Amino acid sequence: MEKIMSDTAYDKPMPPLNRDSKPFWDSLKDHAMRLQRCADCGKIRHYPRPVCDSCYSMEVDWVRASGQGKLHSWTITHHAFHPGFLGDLPMMLVTVDMEEGVRICAQIRDVEADQLCVGMPVRLDYEDATADLTLPVFRPA
Amino acid sequence: MTSLMDKCAVTGIGETAYTKNSGKSVVALQMEASLKAIADAGLRPSDIDGVIPYGSLEVVAEEFVTNLGMQDLRFSAVTPLGGASAVAAIQAAVSALVAGVANHVLIPIGRNGSSGERIGARAAAMPQFRAIGEYEMPSGNIAPPQLYAHMARRHMEMYGTTSRQLAEIAVTVRSNAILNDNAVMQKPMTIEDHQNSRMISDPLRLFDCCLESDGGAAVIISRAEAAKDLAQKPIYIMGVAEGHPDSPSTITQRPDITTLGTAKAAPRAFGMAGVSHKDIDVAEIYDCFTYIVMCQLEDLGFCKKGEGGDFVSNGRIALGGELPINTHGGLLSQSHIIGMNHVCELVKQLRGTGGRAQVANANIGLVTGYGDMGDGAVAIMRN
Repeated sequence: MEKIMSDTAYDKPMPPLNRDSKPFWDSLKDHAMRLQRCADCGKIRHYPRPVCDSCYSMEVDWVRASGQGKLHSWTITHHAFHPGFLGDLPMMLVTVDMEEGVRICAQIRDVEADQLCVGMPVRLDYEDATADLTLPVFRPA
Repeated sequence: MTSLMDKCAVTGIGETAYTKNSGKSVVALQMEASLKAIADAGLRPSDIDGVIPYGSLEVVAEEFVTNLGMQDLRFSAVTPLGGASAVAAIQAAVSALVAGVANHVLIPIGRNGSSGERIGARAAAMPQFRAIGEYEMPSGNIAPPQLYAHMARRHMEMYGTTSRQLAEIAVTVRSNAILNDNAVMQKPMTIEDHQNSRMISDPLRLFDCCLESDGGAAVIISRAEAAKDLAQKPIYIMGVAEGHPDSPSTITQRPDITTLGTAKAAPRAFGMAGVSHKDIDVAEIYDCFTYIVMCQLEDLGFCKKGEGGDFVSNGRIALGGELPINTHGGLLSQSHIIGMNHVCELVKQLRGTGGRAQVANANIGLVTGYGDMGDGAVAIMRN
């Protein structure tokens, strides 16, 4: 972990960045999520890490995510486990099966709780939290 | 491979008062529990030559050398599996004892989880939570009740599990706590009480969540031949194993988010013990959340995946039922001593000193630990 991004007005947890994941976070800033892919065997993996668990190659490249996914599970949080989220409650967090075979956990917008169901099609979107941090969010597809 | 079956025994247990505000330091709580366990075994502190401190608390092996006047500590280790650490430490202790590295291993745990820093406040700084810290906490997926709620919701959607079935666990465990003078929660709970408790992170309500507590607990593990001459009836360790789930750092990336590391540990523990599920008279199941109890009962093989909701219903897990669980009140209603209270309780049950919650003819029992993003550990013991 090299440094914590800082922004005085932003009071939610910031991701501790590291060398393995910088291209991922940079891609979110570009509103074009890229996923890590093994440059030797082609397996896409998430979260970013240095070794491919299929062929043990440490060579990577990055591929653009389609942004299409389906709901795998979710929770609706009513208790602030961090003071920065007090104003966001209740908060819908979803686990999404992305088309590329990995999962993303993020908040979902523009949906009612009783609409959530396993397999529900969703699409990836982006919210700029600070000048340096963009977070993924989902919306119904 | 050498079998560890029956080669070692729990020879001493010690517990402090379990409270919401101990007024004591964490070191003092751990030493008090350790001294009680050592005295219970009929040993002297100088007899202890191995110690497995809990990795994520501030008390290290050096503190035990200093406080207990240990002249020659020969074995120390940590088993960093969160809430599975206590039971995983039994496997490490047995391994060291059978290899002849030490004679009597102390496994202490103690914390001020209520009056001191809360569990959630520490999690982000733990290396096991690094991936969550980078990829999920910024979006608000921060604490175990949320992280595990994704598992519970998936289970409900796939298998029809209901909140009322989770309530059966909370209510049963509370009724056991009321029989225990050293349990924090003493007020009866009904299914409706559970259903009316506030939502924390859907589908988990307040009464699906464990306590945060102050207290200490410790056990002594000794080789079987040495155990025979000590103060208590030895409680033999028939089988013990730890298991790490697929994608151990993140639940999100786990192929099946309704399966825990317990599913890998259980066949090894049962295989080593040479017993089947029907032989288990009493089970102390790590209960940080009701859902985690149900999921472990499935992963242990007491029922099939998806059948846990039915399994915990109709009194099967209550005293007098087919498989009484958490006879002490568990983390849900006795105290959160990171599952070392579960180990102590199993030993009491097998000694026949379980008090008002004693299971009749308890000869073989099981204890589990569960921690972090899904680590599991299982021990099977007999009297």
